Amino acid sequence: MTEPRYDRAPGESSIPSDMEEGTSGLLIYTIGLVLAVILTATSFWVANTSLLWGPGIPLGLAVLAVAQMGVHLVFFLHITTGSDNTNNVLALAFGVLIVVLVVAGSLVIMYDLNHNMMAPGEMMDMQMQHGTRP
Amino acid sequence: MSSIAVPFDGVPDDAVPSASEAGPAPKRIVVAFCFWIFLLSDIVMFSALFAAYAVIVRATAGGPTGAELFNQVSVAIETACLLASSYTCGLMSLAINARRRAGTYLFAAVTFVLGAAFLALEIREFAGMIASGATPQRSAFLSGFFTLVGCHGLHVAVGLIWLTVMMAQVAIKGFRATVERRLLCFALFWHALDIIWVWLFTIVYLMGVRS
Repeated sequence: MTEPRYDRAPGESSIPSDMEEGTSGLLIYTIGLVLAVILTATSFWVANTSLLWGPGIPLGLAVLAVAQMGVHLVFFLHITTGSDNTNNVLALAFGVLIVVLVVAGSLVIMYDLNHNMMAPGEMMDMQMQHGTRP
Repeated sequence: MSSIAVPFDGVPDDAVPSASEAGPAPKRIVVAFCFWIFLLSDIVMFSALFAAYAVIVRATAGGPTGAELFNQVSVAIETACLLASSYTCGLMSLAINARRRAGTYLFAAVTFVLGAAFLALEIREFAGMIASGATPQRSAFLSGFFTLVGCHGLHVAVGLIWLTVMMAQVAIKGFRATVERRLLCFALFWHALDIIWVWLFTIVYLMGVRS
């Protein structure tokens, strides 16, 4: 065991390259596909059902999307918590930080702007939906 | 001599040289990691489009809303196509690692067909919306919608071209190191597009038809 400890390339699985690779690699992708199909089907069901509490549905859909993103990352992109994957996970964490800042920051600022500077939220919505200027 | 690497089970820490002592990482790792950084920056760009869409989603200016425009059946078929193509892209990676040329061509062809089907459905959806007057100029909501979803569609189209080029390279050059690195990057690209689509169908379509 004199192989130096480089981090693994993103997208490569940690399985050593021998005869087993074909089958076990296939198994990993298939598990990922099955989980992704289940999560996608659940998302579509949640969006269309009347059984669940309406205001909670967007949050539920977001949770399902996060879960499916995790499935894709682990089973398709092979981004895991292994010690040979630290660089990839750190880069991903930084990306997620920027994404959260951009999206949450935009929403908070625009909500505040509508709320404080122009008109109450409902009136602002009415104006935007009907294309009228005050 | 101190090593910052994490010890493997049963192997003394001194027995394995750390990455810094061993010099630069192999080119395959460097290339894939740099492409991973590019993909993350691409995702950051998409996050700006998502943020813009979320801000203007109610600004329909008297025009059609998402609930009136979106066809969930079409979206479900598009999702299935893209998910299946992501799976066959993974199978293509396995065939490449095993140096199986026939398997590589087969799964590349299936990936291409599924991606093209996704793109055709999306273009048909866009054409139907534009024909009914829901053009990007109609409202801020539609501008944001066409920018966000169209940008993803453009990425898929680029991916299809890239896949075709890569198959030509496999046919002409064979499985040499440069071709394998490019194929690894393509697989990363294709899987990342699927992750973006997960957020697209959740936020734009599923949340759109409810409100």
